[in-house]
Formats: sequence, C-alpha cells, structure tokens
Amino acid sequence: MISYAVIYGLVCLALALGFNLWRLLKGPSIGDRILAMDTMVINTIAIILLIGIANESGSFFEAALLLAMVGFVGTVAYCKFLLRGDIIE
Amino acid sequence: MIGSISIAEIVISLMIVIGASFALIGSWGLVRLPSLMERLHGPTKATTLGLGGMLIGSLLFFQLEHGHWTTHELLISLFLFITAPISANMIAKVHLHHLRIEQANAGPAGKPTNPPSDSDWATYEAPRPITSEAPPSDDR
Repeated sequence: MISYAVIYGLVCLALALGFNLWRLLKGPSIGDRILAMDTMVINTIAIILLIGIANESGSFFEAALLLAMVGFVGTVAYCKFLLRGDIIE
Repeated sequence: MIGSISIAEIVISLMIVIGASFALIGSWGLVRLPSLMERLHGPTKATTLGLGGMLIGSLLFFQLEHGHWTTHELLISLFLFITAPISANMIAKVHLHHLRIEQANAGPAGKPTNPPSDSDWATYEAPRPITSEAPPSDDR
C-alpha cells in the first residue's frame, strides 16, 4: 500500500515540476523565474524523500538537507543581487 | 488482502498522498494565479503543508516499519520552515522594486500605497547609518 502511495506521490511531483518548468520558461518577470526555481528545489527535495522511502534507506536525507540549504542560499543570493547589485557588500 | 494492511501503513500512505497533493496544488497555483504577489501564496503553502506531510510520513515510516528514529526529517522541516518566509520576503521585495520602475504586472492587489508619514517604504530607501539618538517624535 505504501508503494502505491509513493507512486502516486512521484506522479504528482513530476506534474508539479512540469508546471514549475512552464512558469520558469514563461516568466514574465524575473521574480517569477526565481520563485519557480525555488519551488523546483522544494519539489526535488520531496522527490528525494519519496525515493528514500521507496528504497527503505536513510542515506537520502543528507542529499535532501544539502539541497534545502543550497536552494535557499541560491534564492537569497539571486534576490540580493537584483536588489542591491551585489551579493556581499 | 484487506486484513493484512495495518493502521500504520494506512497512516503513512495518507500522509504521503496528502503531502504530494498539496505540492501539486501549490505548483498549479504558480501557473494559474495572475501576478507575482498572488503566485507567492501557492508554493509557500506547498512548502509548509506538502513537504510537512511527506516528512511526517517518512518519519512514521522509519519508526513504525523499521523501528528506529531518524532525526533528519526534523532537521529538514525546521530548516525549510525557517527559510521559506525569508525567501518569499526577498522575492516580494524584488517584485516591489519592479513595480516601482513600471515593469511588472501589478495584478488585483495593485500597487502599494505610501506609508502615512513623509518617509518611504524601507525597501526603497538607502541604508541609513545606525545612530544612538532616538528618532524625533511626531506629537510635539
């Protein structure tokens, strides 16, 4: 039963990544693209968690944690660059 | 066949299904809503509810099926719940600056009005040096 739930979750997240990719390509403003990229990172973390459940392995969590940190830093750095023209002042 | 399904499996599957559905709805909101200020709503709820549900499902899976606690899910959810409002605030600030230079679609919310005093919103102003003096009060 859990395997069916994991398959359903993977299908949902693949569709969600498709929607995010559409928004990332269409824009129209640069803020939309940053938001789409941030959401893609979050959906990828969810996919990694589901793969960890499907493989019954706890070693996927480090990848999810690292992706959460790197995605946040990337989003904030891009916004900071657009707001201030520089990342570290 | 039905009798072999335990309560734990039902609860774990329910959390995974709820989380994945919320993630899908959040991304659909990112496509569907009219302007960036509205689009910010969808993915932030997808982060909190969708990933929260899936993290609880994963936590229960490793506890109930394998009998050992994993604390990584708690770390991931703590980090995501701290960082999601910060990144949403930064994206909203980028949107406000684009509105100010007339490049973005204002949407149903419209442009923000000016604050009541003669100053401007903090994100538009240049950083001021920190002074030890108290700011002048208006009631004199």
